[in-house]
Formats: sequence, C-alpha cells, structure tokens
Amino acid sequence: MLPLLTEDFGNPSSPHAYGRRARMALDEAHEVVAACLSAQPREIVFTSGGTEASNLAIKGAAWAGRAEGHRIVTSAVEHDATLHAVGHLAKFGFEVVELPVDRYGRVDPDELAAAIDERTILVTIQMANNEVGTVQPLAELIAGVRRVAGRRVLFHVDAVQAAPYLAIDTQALDADLISLGAHKFEGPKGSGVLWIRHGTALMAQTHGGGQERYRRAGTENVAGAVGLATAYRLTCDERADTVKRLRRLRDRLRDAVSAVPGVEPTGHPRQRLPGHLSVIVRDADGPGIVVALDLEGIAASAGAACTTGSPEASHVLAAMGYPDEEARGALRFSLGRTTTEEEITRAVEVIPPILGRLRVGSVALAADPLGQEVGV
Amino acid sequence: MSGGVDSSVAAALLHEGGVEAVGVWMRLHDVADTYSEFKKSCCSLDAAEDARRVAGQLGIPFYVLNLEREFGAGVLAPFLAAYQAGETPSPCVDCNSTVKFGALIGRARKLYECDAVATGHYARVDEVDDPDAPGGRRFRLLRGADPDKDQTYFLYGLRQDQLARTRFPLGELTKPQVREVARRRGLVTAEKPESQEICFVPGGDYRDALRQRAGWQETPGPLLDRDGALVGAHRGAAAYTVGQRQGLGVALGEPRYVARIDAAANLVQLGRREDLERRTFEVRDVSFTAGRPPAPGVFACEVRIRHRAEPVPARVERLTADEPGRRGTWRVEVERPVWAAAPGQAAVFYRGDEVLGGGRIASSPRA
Repeated sequence: MLPLLTEDFGNPSSPHAYGRRARMALDEAHEVVAACLSAQPREIVFTSGGTEASNLAIKGAAWAGRAEGHRIVTSAVEHDATLHAVGHLAKFGFEVVELPVDRYGRVDPDELAAAIDERTILVTIQMANNEVGTVQPLAELIAGVRRVAGRRVLFHVDAVQAAPYLAIDTQALDADLISLGAHKFEGPKGSGVLWIRHGTALMAQTHGGGQERYRRAGTENVAGAVGLATAYRLTCDERADTVKRLRRLRDRLRDAVSAVPGVEPTGHPRQRLPGHLSVIVRDADGPGIVVALDLEGIAASAGAACTTGSPEASHVLAAMGYPDEEARGALRFSLGRTTTEEEITRAVEVIPPILGRLRVGSVALAADPLGQEVGV
Repeated sequence: MSGGVDSSVAAALLHEGGVEAVGVWMRLHDVADTYSEFKKSCCSLDAAEDARRVAGQLGIPFYVLNLEREFGAGVLAPFLAAYQAGETPSPCVDCNSTVKFGALIGRARKLYECDAVATGHYARVDEVDDPDAPGGRRFRLLRGADPDKDQTYFLYGLRQDQLARTRFPLGELTKPQVREVARRRGLVTAEKPESQEICFVPGGDYRDALRQRAGWQETPGPLLDRDGALVGAHRGAAAYTVGQRQGLGVALGEPRYVARIDAAANLVQLGRREDLERRTFEVRDVSFTAGRPPAPGVFACEVRIRHRAEPVPARVERLTADEPGRRGTWRVEVERPVWAAAPGQAAVFYRGDEVLGGGRIASSPRA
C-alpha cells in the first residue's frame, strides 16, 4: 500500500506515467481479488467497505429491476447494512419480506422458495452471521430460488463476516452479487469489494466519473484496493491451515467459557465460523462484561458494536427467539489468523472467573440497583 | 467524566497521582437521541465525545455505561412526582445519592473491582477519629475550598459507606486553578463553558419534561392572591414553583411571588416578597452523613436551603423518632428569616465546613 500513498500517487485515470503506475496497481488488485473468487477482473468493484458494497448491490439491483417487480426477500438476522438498505427502499414502494430463522439463526430453504413470487427481483442473505457465527445453507437457499423462479431473481450474498474463513467460488456458487469488507481479513478499514456477475444489471448509486466501469464513480482508493487484494490473497492462501487451527482454539475457549454456570453458546454448534464464539451469560449484561474483560486485557464484543450505550437488544438474538433479558447477556469472542495458542491459554484462565464474578455482581446489583447497600 | 473541564481535571489528577483510573461516561437518559441538535447540555453525545478525547489524552481506559434505568428510578421518577405533588424537586441530590455514588459505586465495586468513584465535584472528604463511630473512625463531608463552587449542597445525602468509596480530587482547588491545570495539560475541555441546566431538560423548561415523560397537560385552576381573592387562572399547579415571579400573568401593583401550591386542589396562591420569609420550617427524609445526628434531640448548626446561599445559623429539633439517624422529620428554627423555602428542595445542615446532613423541606400544613 505504501508506494501508492507516496511515490506512485498518481490518479489511475490519468494518462501520464504516474497515473499509469497507479492504474497498473489497481488493475492488478482487480485480478488478484477475481482470482481468489474464481471470477473475472471486470466483475470486481472496489468500494469504501462492506456496507457500501451491500448498499450498491441492494439498491442498484432494486432500481435496475424495478420494471420487473418490487419484492425483495431477506432474513431477520442480516447486518444493518442490509436491513437499513432494504428499509430505505421500502419507503419508495419496494416490498420487503424478512424471513424468520430457526433457533440457530438459519433460514429454511423451503421458506425462502415459498417467499419468491413473480414480482420478486432480489434476494439478499448473508453467508454467515456476524453476531452468532452461524453459516447459512447458501447453496440450498440459492438452488431453491432458482428452482421456483421463472426468471433470474438476483441473489446478493453478504459475505463480509464469512470471507476470511469460507472459500468463495463464484463458478460453484450461483449468486449474482457478493459483498466483502477488507477489515475482516486484516485489510485496511474503509475498503471493500462488490463482486457483480458479468451481465448483471445494476444501477450505479454514485454518479460522476466512469470509474469501475460506470458502477462506482469517484477516484479510486488505490492503496485501499491494493491492501484489500493483498490481504485477501494471503487469507485465501493460508485459509485451510488457519481454519483448522482456529477451530481447535475456538473449541478450547468454548469449552472453558461454557463451563461457567449460566453461560451457553449461541448460534449453530457445527455450521459456524471457525474463529467465532458467541455466548449468552445469564443474569449479566454484555456491555458490562466487555468492560470487565477489557480491564483485564481481553477484547470481546457484546453483540454489535455500540458507541452511545443505547440499550437496544440484538435483533439477531430476538429473531432466534431469545427474550430481551437473555439477549442482554450476549457476548462474542473473535479469533483471528494471528491468535496464538498462548493467548487462548491465558483467555481460558482469565475469562471464566470474570464471567462468574460478573454474574454474581449483576445479581447483587439487580437486588440493589441504586447502591443503597454498598457496604464499606 | 461528564465531558466538562472539572471531571476532566479530576481524572488527570488521579491518573498523575498514580491511581489506576478508569474513565466512565454515564448515559442517563434519551435526551442525547431526541435532541441531537442540542449542544450545551452536559449529557449530550458531544459531551461523551469530549470525555472520550480527554481519556484518550490521559491514556486511561474509557467506557460508556448505560444507567438509564437507574436514573429513571432514582432521579426522573421522583422529579416528575415532586412537581405533580406541587413540590420543587432536587434532582442533583437524588442523582448523587442514587446514581453517581449509588448505582455507579455499586458497579465499580461489584463488577469491576474498583475501590472508589471519583468525580469533579468541589467538595472534600476526610477521615477523623470518632469514639462513637463503628471502628472509632468516621468520614466527614466538607465544603470545597472554592466558596463560589462548593457543591456540598447536592451531596448531603451521602452515607458513611458511600463517603468511604468517594474521591473528590478538586476539593482543594478553585475553579480558576482547575482551568489552569486543564490548560497546562492541553486538555480539550480546558475552555469549555459551564453547564448549568438540568441535564435531562435541554430546553431549560422543566414543563417540557413533565409533558414528554409524565403526560402532563395544562390544567388551569384558580390563582389566588395572599388574602384568598381570585385574581386569575394558572396553567396547572405543576407548572409553578414556590418563589416564582415570572410568568404569573397578573399585575397587582406590587410584585407577587408564588407562595403556596396545593396540587391536590390545583390551587396556586401568591404573596408579597415578605410573605415568603420563614423563621421555621420542617425538614423530612433527613439523613446524617455520620449515620446519626450530632445530638439525639436538638442541635445547633447552619442551614442552607439552596445551592450557594449563605448558611444561616439555626436550631434543629427532632420531631419524629422513627429509625434513628435516618429518614426522620426535624424542625428548623433559623436565626434570620430564609426566603422561599420551597417544599421538596433540599435543606442542608452545616457546622463550619462540615456537612452534617440534610433533608427535604416539608410542605407546611399551616401555610
């Protein structure tokens, strides 16, 4: 990335030598990402991240397909980038169907097929869930749609959370649009990709210059694209080893954490991302646990990131059937390529007693919420 | 850390003194969501950002804690109930007793293994020998060194167990000194103006909070003069506070103030300035910082009935004997008349710099 920010600072649309060097780097980034996806370079559009990729896919497909229909089918456990995008479209007359999920967060292929009618133009389902790690049965879901639809209904896959751990082969997976975000596989934040199957009609959502084959106007973030491409290539090269190792480390952490009374894993026990552990800690409050863990040097997450401290419960756990009082104890641990055996050894020592202490403390606080019996 | 200069400096001084400090911004209500344009309140999201930046400058951890439920139960509900009962609430007293040094100390201790909660209040706590106290020692709550900024009026409700877990790093400083400390350290909040209004009433009109949070509506009723003569209509008893002069909608030749509010009858009665002077009043829900009164039946002290008012020498006498030391009713006889002792407002007992305790001014049955 660094040369693109320093000596090779040219605009890839410029014909001079500086521009040509930047163009070379950008072309190569398209090629690298395409190769990882078994796709063609022209099918790759670089974006400012997974959210923009999904917005471009969903809004672009919806507006391009408006002459043929107005129904969009999605699931109740999608990321906000999807749910808020389709919610925005609903204000313009698009009909949005949010499919329910089972206890593990999975969409039923038969239910999806049943939701497809002649006015359906787009289906958007994630490959794996960010909060609970559950992997969707995508091949079956897509096959069901293809079976019942009289014409090609566009299928968008939000693969942002899944990309580091699940191989994506666009020759095998019969999808039309796939979103990726670089920051999930150690690439630079603010860089993403939308893969658009060649021939797919999509209406641009950013207008200006003719960059990215008129699908995304604006001077390209060349360094971001190169960073994403390099990170994704390394991720794909090392994926088999990473997944095997992380699954073992994650299971170790899961066994230690779920041994704490009142802690239970959420999401699918097997069809799940290898580096992902999500649990519910009963009687406790996820954001409070995150603070206690951080003070001990353990970085965890309570459902989706929340900066203002607003108390909204997770829509994912709600869709999976967890009542609010259980969902508020949601906690997520993410392992990554760089996570070591030693770190997990420390985590399994440090985390269980903290969770136990937080449960006891939370019960005491619930009995005396205003601290009228603090004790000296 | 509210995002103001005082708590910023408090955090800085703790941190520099070698204390392992953790910055916390409390989300107490939804005003930040509903009034995103509002910039001045200490509780807006901008304030959280300022607190976060200061914590970052100091290099201490920083978290947003959601205490909306606790604030609702401990502060908002009594606030709304007080106005609806024709009284004048003291929300900052409740916030200190039940949220900052209640719910927050509880979390600090029970969840995070912290020893104490420190704030940017201008007040001091020390520990003295006291043969009558359990363990022979007791904590005293003392006025802040800056007489203009002393905030002990709002802290009188703290108990011994709370004082033991409380740190006031600004107690010995004046406001100009605090600003100077902030400037020297380049804290982003160094020049930030004071916030004075009630944090959950961003527009400054508490009636908006009554409408939005308690479904209050204007219910006109009789406005009586001092002699009982009907002189007009008021907007509803909850919209008035004892001592209020503005917005009465009457002109009677000489100034009139709200002298009495009867919420049950929806009556508001006016008086001349001197009609609001009182030599005796009763104080209910009395608590003592020592856990017991300075004397079982009668004691002498100085009394303050509003923030920063000059304390007035007084004789305080026990009226009820329920639950020794806590939650009783006492009668206060002041040496010089006090003006507009509004029922519901805090009356705080001092002896020199020490806060003995206090309670809420009771509505007088005779008035």
